[in-house]
Amino acid sequence: MVSTMTANERQAALVISILAAIVGLAMAAAGRHDPLGVHGAMVLLTGLMCAFWVIRDYYKPEPPATRLAAYYDEPIKAGILLALLWAAIGMFFGDWVAWLLAYPEMTFDAAWSSFGRMRPIHTTGVIFGFGGNALIATSFHVMQRTSRARLADQFTPWFVLVGYNLFCAMAVSGYLMGVTQSKEYAEPEWYADIWLVVVWIAYFALYLRTLARRREPHIYVANWYYLAFILVVAMLHIVNNLALPVSWAGAKSYSLFSGVQDAMVQWWYGHNAVAFFLTAGFLGMLYYYLPKRAGRPIYSYRMSIVGFWGITFFYVWVGSHHLHYTALPQWVQTLGMTFSVMLLIPSWIAAANALLTLNGAWHKVRDDATLRFMMVAAVFYGLSTFEGSFLAIRPVNSLSHYTDWTVAHVHAGTLGWNSMIIFGAIYYLVPQLWKRAHMYSPALVEFHFWSAIAGTFIYVFAMWNSGITQGLMWRAYNPNGTLAYSFLDTVIAMHPYYIARAFGGLLFLIGTLAGIYNVWRTIQAAPARTPQSDQPILAVAQQAGS
Amino acid sequence: MFGTHYKLERYSIGLAVAIIVAASIGGLVEIAPLFTIHETVERAPHMRVYTPLELAGRNIYIREGCYACHSQMIRTLSDEVERYGPYSLAVESQYDHPMLWGSKRTGPDLARVGEKYSDLWQSEHLNNPRSVVPQSIMPAYGFLKRTELRTTDLPKDLAALKRLGVPYTDAMVRNASDDAKGQADPDGAWADGVRARYGDATHVRAFDGDAGTVTEMDALVAYLQVLGHLTDVAHASEAGAGK
Ligand code: HEC
Ligand code: HEM
Ligand code: HEM
Repeated sequence: MVSTMTANERQAALVISILAAIVGLAMAAAGRHDPLGVHGAMVLLTGLMCAFWVIRDYYKPEPPATRLAAYYDEPIKAGILLALLWAAIGMFFGDWVAWLLAYPEMTFDAAWSSFGRMRPIHTTGVIFGFGGNALIATSFHVMQRTSRARLADQFTPWFVLVGYNLFCAMAVSGYLMGVTQSKEYAEPEWYADIWLVVVWIAYFALYLRTLARRREPHIYVANWYYLAFILVVAMLHIVNNLALPVSWAGAKSYSLFSGVQDAMVQWWYGHNAVAFFLTAGFLGMLYYYLPKRAGRPIYSYRMSIVGFWGITFFYVWVGSHHLHYTALPQWVQTLGMTFSVMLLIPSWIAAANALLTLNGAWHKVRDDATLRFMMVAAVFYGLSTFEGSFLAIRPVNSLSHYTDWTVAHVHAGTLGWNSMIIFGAIYYLVPQLWKRAHMYSPALVEFHFWSAIAGTFIYVFAMWNSGITQGLMWRAYNPNGTLAYSFLDTVIAMHPYYIARAFGGLLFLIGTLAGIYNVWRTIQAAPARTPQSDQPILAVAQQAGS
Repeated sequence: MFGTHYKLERYSIGLAVAIIVAASIGGLVEIAPLFTIHETVERAPHMRVYTPLELAGRNIYIREGCYACHSQMIRTLSDEVERYGPYSLAVESQYDHPMLWGSKRTGPDLARVGEKYSDLWQSEHLNNPRSVVPQSIMPAYGFLKRTELRTTDLPKDLAALKRLGVPYTDAMVRNASDDAKGQADPDGAWADGVRARYGDATHVRAFDGDAGTVTEMDALVAYLQVLGHLTDVAHASEAGAGK
């Protein structure tokens, strides 16, 4: 990675690595009686390792100016591999906690291995580790291809990737030590949050700088979605994580908000993490890779516009559907419900636009598992948004809230939609980036597809059953007006479904591991040639400069 | 409309600003009024704050992720009120930084679990849930009883919360460490100070059954036993509604 940087970039990389090491050392010293110290040591180590990498190649010859005639793909490759690594970690922990709910004794009498500490490892590992790295990697790819321009420089992409993964690593290791703010999907503590803001600003600046070099007058829709993802996530992250640290020498902090305001801020964040992390960014992915793979232009420009602005505007209103029948004032609940139902329209416009793009290419969907991953993703996107709007209706939510029905909805979205589109994009990207004719084993891609589909269906059906069963049992009355079931009765009734879910998750995990093996073997295979078309358009002036 | 957009999408900054504007409106309309409209949070003049020991227990509850399986928010639905008690009011979590309403009930709601069971039941249950509820799927927290509670930082914790608006007095902040020890040792030197500062109704007991050392089990049980008992406005308003 360092040999592709210019002398100035190497210098910047070295300075920033050393700075990071110093900050890490300070954190480690100040927090030596606290988990903060462990994280300080992690920062220190990362800084030193990066500094070592830079120094090792510091005096290597600079890259020739002809580099500008090629896209900068190294960070994309690294991002894909990191996404796959996190996929394995996150899903492994997901399946582990799934088995724990069926067999609670598998905790070795240790603190770190109990359900409450490992569940956020799963959610952070898959959403931020797997999803986030995939978003960053594909955005680097899409921004270059749709702009017909190389990334703005050779250093920032690495800063973003390394910095972001340092954040994820601090988050996940923190949970094992019991460091958490308890806010769902925003568990990491104040110092990790501040660090993420720094990384995010660099990411946004990189995006704008690359767009500024574009050779196409118009910014393609995929980029609108990635931009919305970056900007709105920044806004949500900063507001929801406002907190007062107990001291500079410890990890613990107290949220600025309390009670009902805190609940509203948290779910304004929580649902828009879904909206702008798991939806907007992923729609960016869908809008580039699906048309590319199908070899068809996007079906409708107008539908893209309506879908995009509808999603951007409506989503922010819906967080309060997580708080139906609670102490949140009713007018906010009603607004949340109303906008959730309206949100179905732009969501389905976006999904339909993708599916209609496949008109005339359905024979490819039949034959090509990679395209099929993307098609299935669009279908599940449509399904989970329909289910979401349904769950947001107050009387429905009175049954579903607090039960596994929510978990079914979550995984229809994350397995069926997010994971499928990521895997589709990865199977498209890996041969192209590593310049291979095709994946090592197309049969294994087929296997991955079917095990992922089977795993998703088993998971979701099991959780629908358990969720609706439990919801109905909680509210069942005897003829004489007393409650029919104790809480424990409902826990016992969940047991078979929890086993089925853990089994479905295992299938999904096996598919993922097969995918990782396939990618690995593809990288090991002999390279083919770069297609002429996969290069930036160069301006004469630019070739001379930067 | 589409023509304007065709122009807008040539300007990255323009696009970015439009995104920020479109995505800010909903949040502003729904969140800002919650801080200004007075009816949002009911009034509870006699509500008390968490003692240092209870606060430490609450932080253990957060650390262990109990909120991943337990809610603390009884909804306004008749079966929930029947099962768990009067529905939760906003004021009951007004000092909760952060709130722990939760989103999943793998286990029952805990908003009013305080004093539902004895201290002994609670510590046995946490130590090994299946020893008291054979079919439970809750994790065992055996290490709580073995781990001594770190009380030295508690004054800083109270000071931070005080800055955020929780009405701790200076004496409460200063004596936080001793109060934590005193609350778990009813016959010890510091027990009276706890009652004096937090009220006679405060539970001063050896929560884990051993008055000797203050353990994490003491803190967590003290917290569980006070849930739903910081104020009685929820019961009062239920009685009012019944009339
Ligand atoms: C895997 C999910 C899970 C986690 C994590 C969990 N619990 Fe539970 N909890 C349950 C289940 C299921 C029950 C009902 C069966 C029983 O009583 O053990 C329960 C019951 C309880 C009860 C009794 C409630 C009543 O009204 O009968 C209390 C108190 C409790 N848990 C406290 C805690 C605390 C404190 C923690 C964190 C240290 C915790 N739980 C973590 C699942 C969990
Ligand atoms: C191998 C596949 C997977 C398995 C076995 C699995 C299992 C689980 C389990 C057991 C839970 C806890 C549910 C509970 O508390 O009752 C959970 C929660 C969650 N998982 Fe997964 N998961 C998998 C894949 C994924 C993926 C790929 C994503 C995201 C990209 C994801 C996102 C989530 C989220 C967001 C939650 C929290 C849900 C909530 O709070 O309602 N999961 N998962
Ligand atoms: C129109 C779009 C959508 C709407 C209106 C919607 C609505 C809802 C509702 C009502 C809940 C349950 C809240 C509760 O009772 O606690 C929920 C939970 C959730 N949804 Fe959606 N949903 C939509 C799309 C999606 C998509 C596409 C995904 C993911 C890829 C997703 C991920 C989640 C997650 C992770 C949760 C669980 C939050 C938690 O409790 O921890 N949603 N959604």
